[in-house]
Amino acid sequence: MKRLLIYLKNYKIQCVLAPLFKMLEALFELFVPLVIAALIDRISDYSAFGDRTFVFRSFVLLIILGVVGLISSCTAQFFAARAATGFSEGLRHDLFKTLLGLKFSQIDELGTSTMITRMTADVNTAQSGVNMFLRLFLRSPFIVAGAVVMAFTIDFKAALIFVVLVTILFVVVELIMRSNIPMLKNVQSRLDRVLSLSRENLSGARVIRAFTAEDVRYEEFVQADEDLASYQQKAGAVSGLLNPLTYVIINLFVVVLVYTGNIRVSEGALTTGQVVALYNYMSQILLELIKFANLIVTINRALASADRIRAVLELGDEASAEKSGEVTYTESVTDNEYIVEFDKVSLRYHELSDEALTDISFRIRRGETVGIIGGTGSGKSSLIALIPGFYETTSGTVRVDGIDVKDADPDKLKKMVGIVPQKAVLFEGTIADNLRWGNENATDEELREAVRLSVAEDVVESKGGLEGEIEQGGRNLSGGQRQRLTIARALVKRPEILILDDSSSALDNLTDRRLRDNLKTLDYDPTVFIVSQRCSSVRDADIIIVLDDGLLAGLGTHAELMKNCEVYREIYESQFGKEGE
Amino acid sequence: MALDTSGFVPKGNLNTDETALGNSGRKETIRKVLHRLSRFKLHIFISLLMATASVIFTLLVPICIGNVIDRISELAAGRGVMSETEALAIRNALNTELIRAAVFAAAVGISSYIMNLVNNRITYLTVRDIRNDAVKTIGCLPLKYLDAHSQGDIVSRIVADADQFADGLLMGFTQFFTGIMTIIGTLVFMLRMNVAITLVVVCVTPLSLFIARFISSHTYQMFRTQSIERGKQTSLIDEMIGNAKVVKAFNREADVIRRFDEINGRLTGASLKAIFYSSLTNPCTRFVNAVCYALVAMTGAFFAVMASDGNSGRFISGITIGTLTVFLSYANQYTKPFNEISSVISELQGAVACAARVFEILDEETEITDEDALSLTGVSGNVDLDNVDFSYTADKELITDLNLHVKPGQRVAIVGPTGCGKTTLINLLMRFYDTDSGTISVDGNDIRNVTRRSLRSSYGMVLQDTWLVNGTIADNIRFGLPEAPMDKVIEAAKATGAHSFIRRLPDKYDTVIGEGGAQLSQGQKQLLCITRVMLKLPPMLILDEATSSIDTRTEIKISKAFLTMMQGRTSFIVAHRLSTIREADEILVMRDGHIVEQGDHSSLLARNGFYTELYNSQF
Repeated sequence: MKRLLIYLKNYKIQCVLAPLFKMLEALFELFVPLVIAALIDRISDYSAFGDRTFVFRSFVLLIILGVVGLISSCTAQFFAARAATGFSEGLRHDLFKTLLGLKFSQIDELGTSTMITRMTADVNTAQSGVNMFLRLFLRSPFIVAGAVVMAFTIDFKAALIFVVLVTILFVVVELIMRSNIPMLKNVQSRLDRVLSLSRENLSGARVIRAFTAEDVRYEEFVQADEDLASYQQKAGAVSGLLNPLTYVIINLFVVVLVYTGNIRVSEGALTTGQVVALYNYMSQILLELIKFANLIVTINRALASADRIRAVLELGDEASAEKSGEVTYTESVTDNEYIVEFDKVSLRYHELSDEALTDISFRIRRGETVGIIGGTGSGKSSLIALIPGFYETTSGTVRVDGIDVKDADPDKLKKMVGIVPQKAVLFEGTIADNLRWGNENATDEELREAVRLSVAEDVVESKGGLEGEIEQGGRNLSGGQRQRLTIARALVKRPEILILDDSSSALDNLTDRRLRDNLKTLDYDPTVFIVSQRCSSVRDADIIIVLDDGLLAGLGTHAELMKNCEVYREIYESQFGKEGE
Repeated sequence: MALDTSGFVPKGNLNTDETALGNSGRKETIRKVLHRLSRFKLHIFISLLMATASVIFTLLVPICIGNVIDRISELAAGRGVMSETEALAIRNALNTELIRAAVFAAAVGISSYIMNLVNNRITYLTVRDIRNDAVKTIGCLPLKYLDAHSQGDIVSRIVADADQFADGLLMGFTQFFTGIMTIIGTLVFMLRMNVAITLVVVCVTPLSLFIARFISSHTYQMFRTQSIERGKQTSLIDEMIGNAKVVKAFNREADVIRRFDEINGRLTGASLKAIFYSSLTNPCTRFVNAVCYALVAMTGAFFAVMASDGNSGRFISGITIGTLTVFLSYANQYTKPFNEISSVISELQGAVACAARVFEILDEETEITDEDALSLTGVSGNVDLDNVDFSYTADKELITDLNLHVKPGQRVAIVGPTGCGKTTLINLLMRFYDTDSGTISVDGNDIRNVTRRSLRSSYGMVLQDTWLVNGTIADNIRFGLPEAPMDKVIEAAKATGAHSFIRRLPDKYDTVIGEGGAQLSQGQKQLLCITRVMLKLPPMLILDEATSSIDTRTEIKISKAFLTMMQGRTSFIVAHRLSTIREADEILVMRDGHIVEQGDHSSLLARNGFYTELYNSQF
């Protein structure tokens, strides 16, 4: 919770003023029964005074109390709203920044949908929690405590009844709330089950029908739904107890109070008006208590959200702590012969998972074209993700331009490496906006050149030039069109190392061929990594890395590998048939 | 439980088209809801009875207390003047009133708790039934519907909408009737005590309703602005966080954060306005309440004074102090049912909109039941397609005049470029879709004359999408044959080669897969999909792009499993990799919904036509 409180730091004044004005309002409310008590006593003694103006005076006093209450309450609402929205603004900013600053492994672990829920639903819940807290959390206890204190000023003995009442109410409310929380959790998990079954029944509609499993699936759903309904009823039976029970308790205490009041009046210690005032204070406690119970539900929800948000922020702390530990980055000194070196590299994404890469070693010379081939899940994407330092190796070292990636300045490293990810993603904006992700200062000429090299001229043309609009996610383009633009985007960067992660899968063979030919003509002579499942895409490479289940299965040219790498030969034959067939 | 509406934030999306649900649609939905509720006649009767009881008793308690107060003041006034017997009589009356108050309070507690329980039961069971019906309907809906509608949307109707409907219904039941009863009851009780003071309360109280209306209608636009900004922000978050890796790879964090902050600032401004102005409702209604209270106190005091003056008229009668306290306590509570009813109404409107969305599914036309149709048994595997026409949308024809005759045990491969109608053909064979014209028959029976179940269970199907259920490996293999004994399961797994990887899993066949369970590779999943067909082993097979998401080497291993399975069975194989279909008895080359070439691999190559073109483009 502390982790999130700092977002209220700039709103200290509001955080103090909001509850303060709320308490002011409550204070005026507490005066009302006193005014009524005086009024009633005056009426009782009317024959003695014969004065009617006190009725008007009381009326005016009540209206003044109401107006002052209204003003302070509105003021409080404003400060609370200001603090709550300011809180969530700062929180959203930091959360967004944190999420973008996470390490790749952390991004994988969290998952996109979780990250988005944290940023939206959870922040909103936390915001309304802050708002309600500032408005009510002090007000309700203040009224309850205030009512008790007022009771004491009226009559000590009667006030003791209040103390007992408040204690009992507190225990009852606490017990009901506490026993309700695990029940609500039960309901939630049943609801999740219903949700996942509904989803399954839809996503598997074809298979379910093909196997005529409709009845079995329906029975399973009915079972889960039945479960949900019965847990909902159980939880409802407990939470539905709250209002009736508190009502009964308070009214029984009212009976006790009035009974005692009568005795005190007969002793001459109290007036009738004072008994009415005490009765009114008890009614006020009932009203506030119900509000307070609702508030606790809201606060509990907000705390749960806050906790989830905190977990994300702490992940971010972890990521930045590691970064800040390494203030000085190693600079490259000499022109290294090898631009990329892997030395006994192993990678494991998660402590419990299997190794994605095991003991990989190779060296790549500047300007070479490298092919990486292997089956699905063989570790191709993992291997290239290590070059720009997206993941940390579990053991072994990756050196780029002679520097251990761990010690390199991450910004510089990213500038050196141009990567075309497997999933061709573009962003909302113009084509030029998207291409300039590679280099903000690129001229239109440079953009056009990159477009030409990536064989994407027709794509740009079809959208009406570089200023053509791209919709979110690039959904107004086909897969192949997107792929070529993402390649252009990487080329705008003029990177020393260019990585194409299976980025030509949606291109036809001819375009793929032209693209590879163009890459050979680049004047800055980058080192090119081509990841592919197709032998045809990598067979011309200077060196081919063959991966099989995370292991290095072969290293060499096409001809060499055909001769001495069983795995490579199998891949080749599965695509082209046996030689000479 | 009444929710504090001071933080009133409209539930759900303001953009939802409540207006789209026309008046007639709303009435129709309400009619359906009532129809479903009619099952619970007895429950509803009990609920209404209990609500009435709890309202009456709630109103009686302050009257008892008022009477007690009068007795107290009588005793106080008569102290030293009254005779002991008089005082005793008053004291006895006082005690009786107190006991009545206690009994009434207990009655309120009991009746409202029973009402809560009954209402819980009505709502949760109603929603449970609606949900079950929805899932049952989905099981019978034509795939055309499921293909055309977003899964997320359907799921949210079954789960979220049904849930919100339950909330609304429950709140409606609990508060709507109680609220109305309270308003009427209070009015009757007040009128019996004093007409003039009642008029004051009746005139002033509705003001708070008007104020609440006024504020909510003026904040509506603010909430819209807020939800528009929020929508923009969510879409930016979705885009950037969803692709955080690309953003990072290109060092664009600063720029993206700058764009985010811009929207964030606007959102904060909009939220502040919406939250602040809407949160004025509570203080304002409270103020109206305070004014009402003050007016009641004043007029009440006059009447009380009048009473002690002793000049009560026929219509305007004086009141006692006890009556004044009863009035004050009624006045204090009287705005509550109004506010509750107005929030219940908006909640109910939302609930009706949600119910309408669920009912839309229930009202979809389901596939016509075919229980009395012919049941296919002992299929030998003759499949004939005659002059088949089909299209998904009327304006775009897909398959036209397709003819095909397959003999038992033949292996038919279907190839062609994307969108040529390969998968569509499978949809027709399985009768996921019906042909527009022409007939498909199995062993000479038109498939429209046999039950869908018997037709579908004659085929074993493996798709590109390796859909598995959340459950154990054994559950998944048994999917089509839940009663299969374990040794049959293992036998099937051995036949497909899945056994070797299953053996290495931590809990072998009992390993749970899916959400939170063991992660399988694409190839392993596909092997399980094949194994579940292997266990059932129907007379005909359909393999729709079954190996396209697997690399070519794994494919070779899986192909062995396929070969074992296809032995002696009519099989249809859809593939885009030509290497997988070279061994088929008959290859259909499709283009734009037609079969353009037909024959075996070598004869098609020899023809040097479209097939040859497709084949060569791979290299």
